Amino acid sequence: MKFRTVAELVEIAEKEGLKISEVMILHEIEVMNRPREEIFAGMEHNLTVMEQAIERGLTEEIRSHSGLTGGDARKINEYKENAPVLLSGSTILNAVSRATAVSEVNAAMGTIVATPTAGACGILPGAISTAAEKLGSDRETKVRALFTAGAIGFCIANNACIAGAAGGCQAEVGSATAMAAAAVVEMAGGTPTMSGEAVAIALKNMLGLVCDPVAGLVEAPCVKRNAMGAAIAMVAADMAMAGVKSIIPTDEVIGAMFKIGQMMPVALKETALGGLAATPTGQELERKIFGAGK
Amino acid sequence: MKYRTVFDIIGPVMIGPSSSHTAGAARIGRAARTIFGRKPKRSVITLYGSFAQTYRGHGTDVAIAGGLLDFDTFDKRIVNALEIAKEEGIEITFVESDEVPDHPNTARIYLEDEQGSVEVVGISIGGGKMEIVELNGFQLSLSGNDPVLLVLHQDQYGAVAKVASVLAEHEINIAFMQVSRKEKGSQALMSIETDQPVEMEVQHKIGNLPGIHAVMIL
Repeated sequence: MKFRTVAELVEIAEKEGLKISEVMILHEIEVMNRPREEIFAGMEHNLTVMEQAIERGLTEEIRSHSGLTGGDARKINEYKENAPVLLSGSTILNAVSRATAVSEVNAAMGTIVATPTAGACGILPGAISTAAEKLGSDRETKVRALFTAGAIGFCIANNACIAGAAGGCQAEVGSATAMAAAAVVEMAGGTPTMSGEAVAIALKNMLGLVCDPVAGLVEAPCVKRNAMGAAIAMVAADMAMAGVKSIIPTDEVIGAMFKIGQMMPVALKETALGGLAATPTGQELERKIFGAGK
Repeated sequence: MKYRTVFDIIGPVMIGPSSSHTAGAARIGRAARTIFGRKPKRSVITLYGSFAQTYRGHGTDVAIAGGLLDFDTFDKRIVNALEIAKEEGIEITFVESDEVPDHPNTARIYLEDEQGSVEVVGISIGGGKMEIVELNGFQLSLSGNDPVLLVLHQDQYGAVAKVASVLAEHEINIAFMQVSRKEKGSQALMSIETDQPVEMEVQHKIGNLPGIHAVMIL
């Protein structure tokens, strides 16, 4: 049940008539030599931590130490409840507000699950909890969705990279968005092949995205990129469910992401030396937060 | 494969804000503490690359201090680790290096007390995963996934055989082993990943063999 690429993963799942989540669970049992119940319980714990982070972000007064972020999740949520017309729709705004909630909790040094990283921790909880509500999914389906996302992240991490310092934001938020898209497809009853297509469709829209955190903080633009990552994941899942196929195969999109990351200048890879961090306002904020010393 | 389990991807549960700069950093600090084997008195932490540029924003300094205090990635005390370290009498100095490292997220951790010192270099490779790439000047590659027995010894014939036979006596299987030395006849380091845990008794037995300088478990 071993796989290294998304193509191998999808092939095993289709051939054996299994869900991607099941292939990941079987892989885990084999490689880590742990019983299924223990593995499942471990993942369910992760889901619980995610749900608590969503709850905190939507109900508590969250503010980061720097003061840069916090409160937007509640703002979006209130707008969603009260606006006479929603331009993008309540499902997208649910995903966006929840992704923002978790990301804001992270920025405030709260407890989150890195998926695949802390900088991208809002996307998967935002997309999965929203899809579950929409689809009426049970708890097992939600836990399974995390395994599906994990399987995709596993392929990306082992063939490319998932750290902003190594590959830019495309490696973090891009990977998380692709993982979430595949997970939502499985939740909605799509095939493993469709999950694979959703990965490609989501990730190609994140290619080239640089990591340029203002003052080096995981706040601006990270929180908003989490919000939009969740939105892209939902739309990519819908496109894949409609039967849209990526012209470039999924593993080649992942390969392109890796190469783009290698070509990306260091100033745009989590050093806070370029991009939004280097704008006049970004610089001014850095001086305000850390003083003139830096 | 750098990432072996699904929990490397969906996880760890951690205190924000950065898996590489906070959780990974805490794990490097904790690995250094584990190798040292006790609470250090003094510590010098040199940060390179992205660690050096953004450590204050990400709480990398706080996280490494938390690791030195033996805190896990989800331990809420990490937030106050610098103050706690001070209360516990651990003196920590941070140095920002502008040297260009092989990996963008690199930390060098020197720990000491009256009994001795240890120097560990760790890299944070993303998603909270880390690797120890250097110990007391010896190159190595440890993920911290499996228990690793580290043996500092005199570079001479029979050292590996002696350690291996103690492990065999206790029915401990070697999964992976690496031996490195600085120069012929000087000090050398064995790093041994084992399938079974190496109990204290076995560690002492190895430590008492001739030509063995130190035994550590990571």
